[in-house]
Amino acid sequence: MSYHSFLLEPISCHAWNKDRTQIALCPNNHEVHIYKKDGSNWNKIHVLKEHNGQVTGIDWAPESNRIVTCGTDRNAYVWTLKGDAWKPTLVILRINRAARCVKWSPKENKFAVGSGSRLISVCYFEQDNDWWVCKHIKKPIRSTILCLDWHPNNVLLAAGSCDFKCRIFSAYIKEVEEKPAPTAWGSKMPFGEVMFESTGTAGWVHGVCFSDSGNRVAWASHDSTVAVAEGGKTAVCASLTSETLPLLCVTFITENSLVAAGHDCYPVLFVYDSNKAALSFGGKLDIPKQSAQKGMSARERFQNLDKKATTDSKEAVLESVHKNSISQLSILNGGKAQCAKFCTTGMDGGMTIWDVKTLESAMKDLKIV
Amino acid sequence: MAKNTLSSRFRGVDIDEYDENKFVDDQDEAAEQQGPDACEVDDLIRQGDMMTAFHIALRNPPINSKNPAVKERAQAVVLRVLTAFKSSDIEPAVKSLDRNGVDLLMKYIYRGFEKPSDNSSAILLQWHEKAFAVGGLGSIVRVLTARKSV
Repeated sequence: MSYHSFLLEPISCHAWNKDRTQIALCPNNHEVHIYKKDGSNWNKIHVLKEHNGQVTGIDWAPESNRIVTCGTDRNAYVWTLKGDAWKPTLVILRINRAARCVKWSPKENKFAVGSGSRLISVCYFEQDNDWWVCKHIKKPIRSTILCLDWHPNNVLLAAGSCDFKCRIFSAYIKEVEEKPAPTAWGSKMPFGEVMFESTGTAGWVHGVCFSDSGNRVAWASHDSTVAVAEGGKTAVCASLTSETLPLLCVTFITENSLVAAGHDCYPVLFVYDSNKAALSFGGKLDIPKQSAQKGMSARERFQNLDKKATTDSKEAVLESVHKNSISQLSILNGGKAQCAKFCTTGMDGGMTIWDVKTLESAMKDLKIV
Repeated sequence: MAKNTLSSRFRGVDIDEYDENKFVDDQDEAAEQQGPDACEVDDLIRQGDMMTAFHIALRNPPINSKNPAVKERAQAVVLRVLTAFKSSDIEPAVKSLDRNGVDLLMKYIYRGFEKPSDNSSAILLQWHEKAFAVGGLGSIVRVLTARKSV
């Protein structure tokens, strides 16, 4: 597990390039900074300045090496590397509120942008006009879309929203692709069709993720719950209420295990058992450093009693690696099927890379199924 | 500066009602939710069977009901049971609840905090401490984010 502190400000969002040598992140302002790994240092090699508002989402397409960014200025830009510089292309999203999240589709011929205008803009490139065009998914979304994830078939899109629901939509664009084969979520997939809508959890849906096969979707909600739904004739939902603060981001690391992180500043493992359709808590994934236990002098004890009415010697210092909420999780190696490394960035301006093998051996009861 | 701190009661129109994008919660039926049976609970308290009274008081919570009287009545019954408990019995009572029960108990506790009476706050704080030990911060977050509350 290696922690690197990039900034003092929160990292709003980040994205990795294909070989994980470069990271693009937004330092809580209108710019995107790209850092390149050089041994154990990170050097800033590019600064992308085009947005007029905070950049809220970045996604880096691994194969075509294009970056899409979206921001509170209601715009999205697609950046392509020309020589040694990144050149932006404006995409008109036709929204009248801030854009909140953006994701390339698996085949990288479309991307989806979630916004505060209560709709999802699915954008594709129109060859004739040499221009990015977008289509809107509006019904039945009733509030801001906070997070998006694509199904491996390039058509289905999971969206978590502030109207307390996680939905799976079809984002089938006939201009760029063939009719999709039937999936566990349904067979008729016209554009904008709702294939699944969640019930049972209250609270804004902060993070959503499809599993590697696309048959399961997991979401983390603001009422401190995590839920997994499995597609089928009747979609089966399993949710787990937790005793921690709400989780902000969630991802599958194998078909049955999820890692999630949020306001508690450490990643947590959950295990899904499909036979029992139940989700269970797997363990905390942060190995706190063993700090030396100082003995308390009588004076300190009296002071504690005077100030805090307690003789407890616990200080109010977080033992986790991140010192503030973790806002985004991304998989580095192994994909969602057999993740070997994942990365977290947070409001403390730091980025941590977690190694799954090391975690498994360090935590005795941890079992990643 | 002085103008905007004056009373705004002259405003006759609630403009939020006319907003076509106004968020309306899903309507669920409020069928069987009349709240716990007050007489049964009273009998049990008089007999001294606190645990059963406690469990019965937490049944049938009027969560989906839009009738404030039903909610007030349920709150009063639960508060009676909570105040009738001895301090040492609180912890086993909380341990006997499942996850949803602890969340429901937290909802009633916070509802009780809203209208403090003579000694209700002290007892409620003890209940809060024990429920927090089992439910953690998550149960309090669920009280804050619940759309359908007791």
